[in-house]
Amino acid sequence: MNFPVLSIITFTPLVAALLILLLPAERKNEARAVALAAAIFALILSIWVYFSYDQSAAGYQFIEKYNWLPMLGISLYFGVDGISTPLVLLTGVVMFTGVLISWGDDNKHVMAGIQDRPREFFAFLFILAWGVFGVFVSLDLFMLFFFYEIAVFPMYLLIVIWGWAVTREYAAMKLTLYLFIGSVISLVGVIAMYWVAGQNTGVYTFDMLQMENAGFSQAFQNIWYLPVFLGFAVLGGIWPFHNWSPDGHVAAPTAVSMFHAGVLMKLGAFAALRVGIMLLPDGAKYWSWLIMLFAAVAVVYGAYIAFVQMDFKYMVGFSSVSHMGLVMLGFSTLNREGLLGSGLQMFSHGVMTALFFAVVGMIYDRAHTRQIPELGGMSKIMPFATVGFIIGGLVSMGMPLFSGFIAEFPIFLGVWGRQWLVAVIASISIIITAGYIMRNIRQVFFGEVPEKFEGHLTDITILDKVAITTLCLFMIIIGLFPGFMVPMVQTGVENILRLLGGA
Amino acid sequence: MNFIDAHLLSLILFVPALAAVIILFVPAGENKLFRWFALAVSLIPLVLSLIVWFRFDANQPGFQFEEAYVWYPAIGSSLHLGVDGLSLTMVLLTTLLMPLGILASFSIHDRVKPYMMLFLFLETGMLGVFLALDLLIFFVFWEVGLVPMYFLINQWGSANRNYASLKFLIYTMGGSLGLLLAIQMLGVLFGTYDLLTLYQRWNSLNPANTLLGLPVHTVKTIAFWAFAIAFAIKVPIWPFHTWLPDAHTEAPTAGSMILAGVLLKLGAYGFLRLILPLYPAEAKIFAGVLAFLATAAIVFGALASYAQTDFKRLVAYSSVNHMGFVVLGIAAAGLASGTLDANIALNGAILQMFNHGLSAAGMFFLVGVIYERTHTRNLEEFGGLFPLVPIYGGILIFTSMASLGLPGLNGFISEFLVVRGSWPILTLYTVISMLGLLFTGAYILKGIKKVLHGPLNEHWAHGEHRLTEISTREILVMVPLIGLILWIGIWPAWILNVINKAVVMLF
Repeated sequence: MNFPVLSIITFTPLVAALLILLLPAERKNEARAVALAAAIFALILSIWVYFSYDQSAAGYQFIEKYNWLPMLGISLYFGVDGISTPLVLLTGVVMFTGVLISWGDDNKHVMAGIQDRPREFFAFLFILAWGVFGVFVSLDLFMLFFFYEIAVFPMYLLIVIWGWAVTREYAAMKLTLYLFIGSVISLVGVIAMYWVAGQNTGVYTFDMLQMENAGFSQAFQNIWYLPVFLGFAVLGGIWPFHNWSPDGHVAAPTAVSMFHAGVLMKLGAFAALRVGIMLLPDGAKYWSWLIMLFAAVAVVYGAYIAFVQMDFKYMVGFSSVSHMGLVMLGFSTLNREGLLGSGLQMFSHGVMTALFFAVVGMIYDRAHTRQIPELGGMSKIMPFATVGFIIGGLVSMGMPLFSGFIAEFPIFLGVWGRQWLVAVIASISIIITAGYIMRNIRQVFFGEVPEKFEGHLTDITILDKVAITTLCLFMIIIGLFPGFMVPMVQTGVENILRLLGGA
Repeated sequence: MNFIDAHLLSLILFVPALAAVIILFVPAGENKLFRWFALAVSLIPLVLSLIVWFRFDANQPGFQFEEAYVWYPAIGSSLHLGVDGLSLTMVLLTTLLMPLGILASFSIHDRVKPYMMLFLFLETGMLGVFLALDLLIFFVFWEVGLVPMYFLINQWGSANRNYASLKFLIYTMGGSLGLLLAIQMLGVLFGTYDLLTLYQRWNSLNPANTLLGLPVHTVKTIAFWAFAIAFAIKVPIWPFHTWLPDAHTEAPTAGSMILAGVLLKLGAYGFLRLILPLYPAEAKIFAGVLAFLATAAIVFGALASYAQTDFKRLVAYSSVNHMGFVVLGIAAAGLASGTLDANIALNGAILQMFNHGLSAAGMFFLVGVIYERTHTRNLEEFGGLFPLVPIYGGILIFTSMASLGLPGLNGFISEFLVVRGSWPILTLYTVISMLGLLFTGAYILKGIKKVLHGPLNEHWAHGEHRLTEISTREILVMVPLIGLILWIGIWPAWILNVINKAVVMLF
């Protein structure tokens, strides 16, 4: 493939961010337009990559390699496989919808979207997107790490400047420290891997495809697997290191929450998979019981905590912990079904939670409260958002014919293959999830509109509707026709299984 | 025509859902259009299922009109559809009740568009369960049907709807959790969900082996109960029935019709399609438990029904009572599978499913008719209405008699077959259930008496509260039901022929 499509996708947000920063601060609409144009461009390219990925050939495709620091064995080495292609698409989708719902409108009294310094907001958001794309396409461990840090840092600024005034300083600090500590611990592992791989093979490189064959000893893998996997998995929201995530989600402005829960948490899971499981497969086998334990706790406990939340956004935040727990649960099975389910769940949850946060944001922007008991009757004001949230809710409950079922079912199959008791315990979360989703739908969207909102609230904008429709479409298409994504993820899973020695 | 011939079942299944999607794109406000469109569309599956019914060859064993499409090959599930005499009867019942339910919903004025959409989605959900020959597809539709029903109750129900709808949803989802886990286990063991393959391979497991570290018979017993509880909640079998009176009472009229007419049959169908073929040994061991619970449902259902002062609740509890006979027949068949008596009992059970579908839908509709006029369901507030509404009264008495099991009407045939078949197998339980029939008579007569006879409540006789007679549209809803009730009561052979052959071949 001569056309360097992956680098173009990756660097589009960076270029757009720079362009936006060049605009004068008061030209808000131009900043928004540039952002939207870049997002559409990246989305189209990522759709193109998705559909032109050759599933029969499998493996890494659209490969590009440029020397970056050859004396250290670092290169700008891009390529996607069956696991990362859907995630690139996911990033494209979330970026597009995130820009749409942050559009804002200066002329109305409704404080929807971002009115305060949209120029800087979109610039930081796009730097974040740059990092996200970079992680998903990197085949070089150093570059992966490089982009990983780039994705984490703008988060701090975005939350602390545009976040919810009550907790933003606390949440931003907590989130950033958590993630930095996690990634530093992973980095130590990465460096250790670099040295040992170099000693084993004589070639000092960060090329992950070469490191796969570095022949790490069992003892080495047993020691380093946990720091590497857990260090990245912190960003995936794994219990007991999930604590930053609901706080961060709640404090972040809407588009950032969408990015955060929709894409960034996948970044953690993806890096944990690519670096932890794929480079240290024997360590993964050795520790799989522990990861399974953590994940099972996250699934049930996360759902339970979500159940007792009174704050709408906290509820969605904790539901993410529960659903990302399913991804980790799939990882811990290390078998075909479990990994397939995890791959699908990363996409499905990304779209679903982006939708959730978008709708929560739309309501908060208008009602200025997120307390569930204070809300009500929103279906009369914003019927479109209601339908969107219900569809997201059904996905979240794992309702068949939606993407959640397609993703969760194989995860449970995989767990059955390892330890049936865990499958039974984890399944409790389905009922709890159904309980809180249905209760919230009823409380927030139906019933009577509280008096204080009477006449104050307005329907969502057309851009919001486009965003909701886009997100819903993916959840329905995958649910009705699993063939849209399953064969793609399967090719990626086969590769992982090969590294695991055909488990 | 070739296309239609080759895809009869998938057309039956997906036409309602497609129509719902079409409605989605029509702007709201065209209430009349939505009503007539939904009614017209719901006639298509009815016509198609009649075509299938007449083309169906009852003498041929196995499934007919089979279709299979790739759906989720990665886990071994495909969209495999097919009918035999058992499922065809249920498909016919569903496609028949659906247009009637929609016609009955013409009195809905609030948000007609989403209402009709949900109703059509509900039809696809229920038909999918009856048509599926793939365990995962069965589960998919089993769950999907819950969502439209939840919203129908939650949005268009009466006062206590929030409680009732959530209870309905959580109960059923909780029940199907075990089912889901058991299905997952079967999938992991065999790598396929195809029912025909599973029948064979699951039953040929060597009982001496171990599965997942447990002896095979232990696993099978647990899986049996996982299936049985899911279906028992749906039927519902006492003591899992408590969601039913709430859901039925709070649902809008057409919702109750479909809930009682079809949704309860899903549970009984699960027993027949999955539990008896997959767990013959366990069904035999636990037949006594099932029979006990069925008898309890019959007796307690009838007693509870008698105690109600709410007309709709009275009818709701009668469902518990009537579905008890279905379960009694199933229990008898489980205990003495393959014998003539068991087959008679099964014939009765399946026919009872069909019959209860007709009479319960009719009863709920009639309750709805009077509720729409009086806005009360309290039996104490009625009384002596017969002279005011003679036609309504006549229809109500007729339908009640069908429900009571009067000879010459459909309920008698099926209940007689059940007790005739289970008498030699489960004598004691059968005797007790027949005594339960006495209470059935009592509560039905009580209902009629409180509404139609006795001193006239003057409130309904004059002025603005003057009770109006049943309308032509409402009579039209009842006509097909009345016709079938009579037809099956007088000459049941046409339907029993299909059912009996299916039973003989299946069990």
